[in-house]
Amino acid sequence: MSTTPAAAEFKRDATTLTKDLRHRSLIRTALKKYEIARDSKKALFQDWQSARQTAAEIKWDAINHLDTHLADFARNLEARGTRVHWASNAEQAREIILTIVREKKASAIVKSKVMTGEEIHLNEALEKEGFEVVESDLGEFIVQLRKEPPYHFVFPAMHLTRGQISETFAKELGSAPTDSPEELTMIARRVLRGKYVTADIGISGANFGIAETGMISITENEGNARLTCALPKVHIALMGIEKILPKFEDLALFLPMLGTAGAGQTLTGYNSMYGGPRQPGETDGPEEFHVVLLDNKRTTLMADPEQRDALHCMRCGACLNVCPIYKNVGGHTYGTTYQGPIGSVITPHLRGLQQWKHLSFASSLCGGCTQACPVKIDLHHHLLQSRRNAIAQRPVWWEKIAFRALSYLFNHAGLFSLGMKLGRIGQIFHPLVKATRIDPAHAWTQSRELPKVAPETFREWWQHRK
Amino acid sequence: MNDERENILGRIREALRLPAPVPGAHERQSAHPVSEREAAVHIPEWLPSVGVTFEERIALFQKNAAELKAQFVLLDGAEQLASQLREIAAAEGWKKVATHANELAECAANSLGLPVVRTDSGYDVHELESCDAGISTCEALVAQTGSVLVTSKSSGGRALSILPPHHVVIARREQLIADLPAAFALIKAKYGPENYPSLISFITGPSRTGDIERILVLGAHGPKKLTILCV
Ligand code: SF4
Repeated sequence: MSTTPAAAEFKRDATTLTKDLRHRSLIRTALKKYEIARDSKKALFQDWQSARQTAAEIKWDAINHLDTHLADFARNLEARGTRVHWASNAEQAREIILTIVREKKASAIVKSKVMTGEEIHLNEALEKEGFEVVESDLGEFIVQLRKEPPYHFVFPAMHLTRGQISETFAKELGSAPTDSPEELTMIARRVLRGKYVTADIGISGANFGIAETGMISITENEGNARLTCALPKVHIALMGIEKILPKFEDLALFLPMLGTAGAGQTLTGYNSMYGGPRQPGETDGPEEFHVVLLDNKRTTLMADPEQRDALHCMRCGACLNVCPIYKNVGGHTYGTTYQGPIGSVITPHLRGLQQWKHLSFASSLCGGCTQACPVKIDLHHHLLQSRRNAIAQRPVWWEKIAFRALSYLFNHAGLFSLGMKLGRIGQIFHPLVKATRIDPAHAWTQSRELPKVAPETFREWWQHRK
Repeated sequence: MNDERENILGRIREALRLPAPVPGAHERQSAHPVSEREAAVHIPEWLPSVGVTFEERIALFQKNAAELKAQFVLLDGAEQLASQLREIAAAEGWKKVATHANELAECAANSLGLPVVRTDSGYDVHELESCDAGISTCEALVAQTGSVLVTSKSSGGRALSILPPHHVVIARREQLIADLPAAFALIKAKYGPENYPSLISFITGPSRTGDIERILVLGAHGPKKLTILCV
């Protein structure tokens, strides 16, 4: 495989992190807790498998008629005073948001979790123009202080211990060191409270967009999004076009599935639907509500019918949490906005197959992700399809020769048994070069044992039997 | 930006010209194409069960609330409500509370004999922030999940139920509903299709986070305490 810079980085970071036992045990403990909670909540469903099928069908309808649903969604939002903006790419989305922010002469911006914001590098763009942006989700707030990207799109600070967080707070906020998670949370609460009250603009994401009623739905535990959408004068929501659900009541299924698959909760702490700015007769809420719809290559993914179902994703994170690769290499290694199996499936579509095809190999193909996915995305087969597509698009000459040679070998019995004999001799000397540069099986033996050739093959045994 | 709208919709239409495999085809052989919204009819049958009688449902709500670390108290009439509220106020040393125009909520808040901030007719955010409790009514209580359903119309706007450190919900027994589908049906029947409140929110327990080592901490940004008084 030809190596791209992204692939080389992935390999380097993965090699270091898999050897970091402290990191692995931290992630394993966190995910074990998640697993226990998720299983107990899943068991409460009368029929989880049928719920998955129904969710898959509803999302299928939403995505395969997205043009109509999206137009309805925008029309219904606009009918109640919301400004809807359309952005084909990251640059346009940034420009739309910057224009609003400039126009309002905003001095402070408070953000609740927006994964699409990470995707378009919104914070950098706002800060470059001198606007102060504060992340209000606790995990995001922590990684923002550390100038790191989120480690997991649901649990952004999962890779940090309370000690590390306390150090960060002491350094950046001047707080006294503590090892109590409660205290650390209260430090952040105090800092952020002031921000909500003074911020001019609140920026949020959206977990779902309801076409029928023209609403966005936000799922969160902390109440930071509720505050972000209540106090500032202007609310901007950035949303990928694939987040659409056709009907209001579809949420009755999707909200508990997101809570259960995402964090092992029957329902997440706050599930809020916003259908406009402050309406006549209402006492508070923003004067302006803007919804920015982002394509950014989602339509490219859509044009591949085989993998179109990847747009059903509700970013619950369940596929990351069960992934043996994610658990070992960690979230930062991917170098993508969306980590784990779903990230490995969609990133090649969003950012280029040849540069990101290496992620299709970051899989044991165990299928755990596909089974975990609440909307039945065929994740691990999509990884195989991406491998196939990558090679069809740009064949690798030596791989072609190698496979031809192999098939020749397997088709010629004499040659094959000669190979076996040579292998038996070869493996006597193999320990001398094992895992060194001149070892022909170098790539494999670095971290694994080479299987031994049997002292006698089945054919030999058959010939010699009495 | 309207030309981008046409560009995006155009790309979607172009992409959709090739049909996708039916949903779940990789998992079951009998996967069928989606017919006219048939999918959603059975949602209540897949979700967690809720019981049939009022007693069963109130017990379920109670159990869920306890698990979520919310207080739930079943009371008899306005008098008990007022005295219960006075007890909490004394125990926590409240100095100021916030509420909104509603017979039940106002009556209870006034009986405390404390300064009361009302959010209905425009209020000062700092004033609201300095209140010890926000007292509001709700649209419904959802037995299935232990949630309180609020809207900007039922609960004094967007901030009253999220800004003060203690949210006290006052509900009537007949507001207890079975499950999430019933909650969406209720909002639709009451406000749809034109008068939806600009905020509709399911509050499921007090504000919480698990962002530090996945350890539960209450009161991340919103209320540290959630009390539901049901008369
Ligand atoms: S692919 Fe499925 S499991 Fe993974 S985040 Fe998306 S919805 Fe969740």
